[in-house]
Amino acid sequence: MLAVEKLQERFPEEIIEVFESAGQTVVVVRREKIVDILNFLHGDVELLFDHLADLTAIDWLGKKTPRFEVVYTLYSIRYKQYLRIKAQVPEDDPRLPSVTSIWKTANWFEREVYDMFGLVFEGHPDLRRLLMPEDWEGYPLRKDYPLFLEPDKEWPVYRELREKARELARFDWYPTLIEHDQAEEVTEEEGHGANA
Amino acid sequence: MAQTLEIIKKQQGEEHWDEPYYVNMGPQHPSTHGVLRLFLELDGETIVRCDPRIGYLHRGVEKLSEHRTYAQAMTLTDRLDYIASAANNVGYCLAVEKLMGLEVPRRAQIIRVIVCEMARIASHLLWLATHALDIGAMTVFLYCFRDREWLLDIFEEICGARLTVSYPRLGGVRLDFTQEIIDELYRFTDEFPRRIPEYETLIDVNRIWLKRTVGVGKVSAEEAINLGLTGPSLRGSGVAYDLRRHQPYLVYDELDFEVAVEYGCDVYSRYRVRMKEMREANKIIRQCLDLLKECEGEPVLAEGAPDLLMPFGKMKAPQAAPHPKRGFVVKGVEVPVVPEGEVYFAIEAPKGELGYYIVSDGTGHPWRVRIRAPSFVHISALPALSEGQMVADIVAVIGSVDIVLGECDR
Repeated sequence: MLAVEKLQERFPEEIIEVFESAGQTVVVVRREKIVDILNFLHGDVELLFDHLADLTAIDWLGKKTPRFEVVYTLYSIRYKQYLRIKAQVPEDDPRLPSVTSIWKTANWFEREVYDMFGLVFEGHPDLRRLLMPEDWEGYPLRKDYPLFLEPDKEWPVYRELREKARELARFDWYPTLIEHDQAEEVTEEEGHGANA
Repeated sequence: MAQTLEIIKKQQGEEHWDEPYYVNMGPQHPSTHGVLRLFLELDGETIVRCDPRIGYLHRGVEKLSEHRTYAQAMTLTDRLDYIASAANNVGYCLAVEKLMGLEVPRRAQIIRVIVCEMARIASHLLWLATHALDIGAMTVFLYCFRDREWLLDIFEEICGARLTVSYPRLGGVRLDFTQEIIDELYRFTDEFPRRIPEYETLIDVNRIWLKRTVGVGKVSAEEAINLGLTGPSLRGSGVAYDLRRHQPYLVYDELDFEVAVEYGCDVYSRYRVRMKEMREANKIIRQCLDLLKECEGEPVLAEGAPDLLMPFGKMKAPQAAPHPKRGFVVKGVEVPVVPEGEVYFAIEAPKGELGYYIVSDGTGHPWRVRIRAPSFVHISALPALSEGQMVADIVAVIGSVDIVLGECDR
């Protein structure tokens, strides 16, 4: 593939590995010069990878040594070809440069990766949580994050909301909950009566 | 006018008289097509800053898929773009099949194309109905829903479900088309081209419609690519990027259809693109029905298709005992259910490029599933499309990029 040859010529020290999977080319690179590499692929007239199809991350907990990989799927609308670039990010220093200066669409993709994996993109204009609430703790798509949270670790806002709803259920128009509460009160009274 | 000026003069003396005005649009606003919340900063009636806040419908489909087998995770894809769920299923199945190296029978491929294009028409009809309703044309809504019901009835006939179909399977489709369905589809494709002019006469040359759409939400071709717009939203800016032609999947390379492109770059041209696409989709269904005749009675599920009850971990394949006299215990060898590797497969869904990035570690459940949803990208482009416009135009802009929040939040 022409793009891989050009990359090997231009950035020989940055490339770690080139392999094919299901007929698609993947290039694994170091994270330091990722902006230069992608800028080169975006601007080169013979490659012209102008469409950032996807940007995401993978958590390789217990499988590979640099724990995270950020995956850039590029597409060239002119030359009709895909190329996948992977940047390796270690666990103890989860930082890599942002590519929002090249593609505006990377803005939300990077925010989502930050939200879900906790990777920090340096130079991002507005790095906030996107899908999860702002005061959420933990990064849900990491492999060590459980599918079901333990009851005492659940989101405090949700717990408050549920307690509030239980408190206000007495004033609800729908009679089911009130009947349930009244039934409980009645049995308690009966119980006291029997004891007396 | 004089009165307004006087009010402004009076207010000028006060302290924060020219502060921006903040408006929270949504999440319960009817024209946001779901639970989208837009945080708008207004200067008078002009939008200075638009900040979409999403996540109200976040169900963690990507996380859930990691804890289910490949066959089980397919039902989750129904709930992404619930208006065109068949297209989501087909995209997911194609991605997994590419990873497994599975060859799908030709009849199943043709049926998948039919189902995809039916989903496209259904999605565009609902889009036209709600988009027109947002701008103020009530009648179009009723016309579109009349025809969408017909399509949903055909879906019900095919697989029993109207909305969340789960009709394709890994390696083919669930059931073959019966003769009644084919006849009904022939009737539909005969009748539907006559229905499209009915909508067009209502709004195409309507003065109010033109005033609300022409020149609104302009985005140039280069910026649209940079913003990541795909599908009809990009083709409205004059870029003929259609994955059915660029990266042909299924039997699209044998079919004769035109990629709809308009060069106006505004809300009106995106509307024209979708109207053209409905005609093309109708043409595709018609051609596929003719193709179906040629492969009558062929199987619709590949022979190597995985069982619906896939093992969650690795499969144990039986192996011959090393020596017949050393006992009856047959030791198993671990065989990958889905080979190790990764794949990115994108299809042209009704909303745009719908990509699945699946990483497999050899077990029966995916290590990572990433869904590149077109609506997610389109919402992220909303600030660029709407900033500097009037606050009333943002309703038209939201409608024109065609978003579904189930797909955006995943």
